[in-house]
Amino acid sequence: MKRGLEGPPPEERPTPAGRRNKQGIRIDPEIEATHDPRRTVISVLVEHEPGVLAEASGLFSRRQFNIESLTVGPTTADDRARITLVVEEPDPGIDQIKKQLRKLVPVISVRELASDAMRRELALVKVDAERPDQVAAVADMYDAKTVDSSPETATFEITGARQKIDAAIETFGQFGIREISRTGTTALARGTDETAGRDPATAVSSADAANQSHEYTQTPTDD
Amino acid sequence: MSERAASVTPTEEQHDDQTTTDADESGDDGAASSDAETTPTPVTTGAESVIRALENAGVEYAFGVQGGAIMPVYDALYDSDIYHITMAHEQGASHAADAYGIVSGEPGVCLATSGPGATNLVTGIADADMDSDPMIALTGQVPTEFVGNDAFQETDTIGVTTPVTKDNTFSTDPDRVGTDVSEAFALAGEGRPGPTLVDLPKDVTNGETDREPDGPRVPDTYEVQERADAEIVAAAAERVENAARPIMLLGGGVIKGEASEACRAFATEHEIPVVTTMPGIGSFPEDHELAMEMAGMHGTGFANMAVTHCDTMIAVGTRFDDRLTGGIETFAPDAEIIHVDIDPAEISKNIHADYPLVGDAATVVDQLGEAVDASPEAKKWRAQCQQWKSDYSMAYDAPEDEPVRPEFIVEALDEATSDRAVVTTGVGQHQMWACQYWTYTEPRTWVSSHGLGTMGYGLPAAIGARVAAADDQEVVCIDGDGSFLMTLQGLSVAVRENLDITVVVLNNEYIGMVRQWQDAFFEGRHSASDYGWMPEFDKLAEAFGAQGFRIDDYDDVADAVTEALAYDGPSVIDAHIDPQANVYPMVPSGGDNGQFALTEDQL
Ligand SMILES: Cc1ncc(C[n+]2csc(CCOP(=O)(O)OP(=O)(O)O)c2C)c(N)n1
Repeated sequence: MKRGLEGPPPEERPTPAGRRNKQGIRIDPEIEATHDPRRTVISVLVEHEPGVLAEASGLFSRRQFNIESLTVGPTTADDRARITLVVEEPDPGIDQIKKQLRKLVPVISVRELASDAMRRELALVKVDAERPDQVAAVADMYDAKTVDSSPETATFEITGARQKIDAAIETFGQFGIREISRTGTTALARGTDETAGRDPATAVSSADAANQSHEYTQTPTDD
Repeated sequence: MSERAASVTPTEEQHDDQTTTDADESGDDGAASSDAETTPTPVTTGAESVIRALENAGVEYAFGVQGGAIMPVYDALYDSDIYHITMAHEQGASHAADAYGIVSGEPGVCLATSGPGATNLVTGIADADMDSDPMIALTGQVPTEFVGNDAFQETDTIGVTTPVTKDNTFSTDPDRVGTDVSEAFALAGEGRPGPTLVDLPKDVTNGETDREPDGPRVPDTYEVQERADAEIVAAAAERVENAARPIMLLGGGVIKGEASEACRAFATEHEIPVVTTMPGIGSFPEDHELAMEMAGMHGTGFANMAVTHCDTMIAVGTRFDDRLTGGIETFAPDAEIIHVDIDPAEISKNIHADYPLVGDAATVVDQLGEAVDASPEAKKWRAQCQQWKSDYSMAYDAPEDEPVRPEFIVEALDEATSDRAVVTTGVGQHQMWACQYWTYTEPRTWVSSHGLGTMGYGLPAAIGARVAAADDQEVVCIDGDGSFLMTLQGLSVAVRENLDITVVVLNNEYIGMVRQWQDAFFEGRHSASDYGWMPEFDKLAEAFGAQGFRIDDYDDVADAVTEALAYDGPSVIDAHIDPQANVYPMVPSGGDNGQFALTEDQL
């Protein structure tokens, strides 16, 4: 006895030739519409209230976005704090991050910084000081400031772009690094450009616009 | 449901401290509340301010369970006109509030004490969050000085609920707590709706204050865009005009955004076939010629054919859930997508939008309607859609001498009720049959757990829906045996409040949807899905004081349905159905919508 529904079975049905990629974009054979991850800085102005950092960072873990670094600190207004995030994601991911952050009620504004924004991080590097002269020479090379020294060790403070700090740490490596501690990146837009002013819930984000025209911008990775 | 006087609409003056302080201070003036124009007694505690905030927002009902940390709020509720329905479990309170929000369009309110009360609410909160339902949860909390010390019945409610609420607030100040509640209420319903929560430490609600709460207003940082960008609207309109195979895909946002009218007008004017998502059921009348009904995993074959072969999709208020899209690669692969949504974060989240239209669904669909000058020429396409409707019709056979088919019972109930009847469900096969074999024609008549898929949703949702629905709207809960067993203690509430609801348990003595998947994908190994120890639900209903009915074969159906619906109060039909019945069509997880299986061997 027949059971179930009628109609042509799957193999007798027409199937369209088109396909989408994993990002839900129709595959246009002319254009390779895949987005490679890029590193970018997002500045978020938030109400300075308990829980706001947990809310922002919780959003990242829940949505499986990878945070490269996150710093937070006060601003000129007592009731505002600034969160600076460095993320590495493909364009649609960066776009989602901005939109999802914008949705949080304590978030005042979200801005992706231009590639020429000023970005700094700080590192404390504790090295073996068996060859003090050579250590001092390397410190000089990277503008590192001595913050502590003992017969066995020297500790330096280095500020600058990520690459500079990476390079300094690598060079210090020859003496033997005991410990390092790094902050994440903090950043501000250049000149009169506002880092995170009030912006309305944007109708079309930059990535949406780029998706539409299939133009993808590649921003330099750092300073 | 007992008749209640319309709630007192507070006057403007009560926001003014001057006016309220000179109100009479004799505490025994209970009669004053009979006059709607009388200035309400000034608040004296944080808890009173909480209740005043709810009253100001027009709240008529609240669902909850008492407890230590929430007691001050309940004490203030004692003097209020808000009708409180005590639930048998807090999960029921959050589901009832959720369903109340769906049916009424106004945020439903639920209350619970700290710790276990709050955690019991969480499933319902998460459910409302996934479905963007307006809801507000008020939770008691241990006194501020104990917070963080693992005090008795302390839970980090804010921490636990942050990922599943639209917003939550820990109240710290008796002067401010009422305003916190007002804001939470406003936020729950504004823009893309969702659940909000206010955590209320006992010292804050017990604390003295004479501050009347501010009226319901969303915080300044929350902005919603109403109208879509005119240029993109124009481009989208041109796309519609040139479409050869257009469809509209209507999601839950159409119902939340009161955009059903606008969508119906647009579709009928331009003769565009309409598919809905599961949360979008009711946004377009399923008996209309253009209706292609629900698409997705258990959507109709014709809906999935239309979705797969369209060249232009006007998607309104949908988040492109994977149960709808199947595999992303094969979802509407030829279609340019016009996506209307109030939440910018939904645009291009799962499916790339070629025409992103951010704004209020009704407003934007009207904008689009004004911009489209000529209807698309899609006569052939419409004929094709009709052909698919007959090729893949939702028929089933029901031989008299075999166990009762669940589809038959769903259809019998549909026929016996009005178009405005509200259906609630649990989660499983029965939920899918309730989608497929009931003909929905009105928004806010389909109440189900879509995004979270919460078994046990049906009965508490029926309670919330009953309270929100008009008297002449029947409320029917189509439940599964496994789902019903999860929250059936709510029957005690339905009996106490004499709520006229009809529960139909499609009893297959399995957690059927799991059994179906085990048959299809796990070689029929029924690990923990055989529920052969089910109670007799009709007798259980009677033990609760409800009316019980039983269906064993086709002869029983008509009488049971008629009598249960006619019974003025809660009734339960224990409907013993074909235990082997399965739900088809089916698109396996991540599969191609156009390749839906009609039988198990096509999987
Ligand atoms: C709270 C919860 N636990 C588990 C599941 C997983 N699940 C989905 S459907 C289903 C079976 C439901 O059985 P029943 O309510 O009897 O309905 P039927 O499928 O038999 O109609 C289960 C266990 C769920 N959705 N929700």
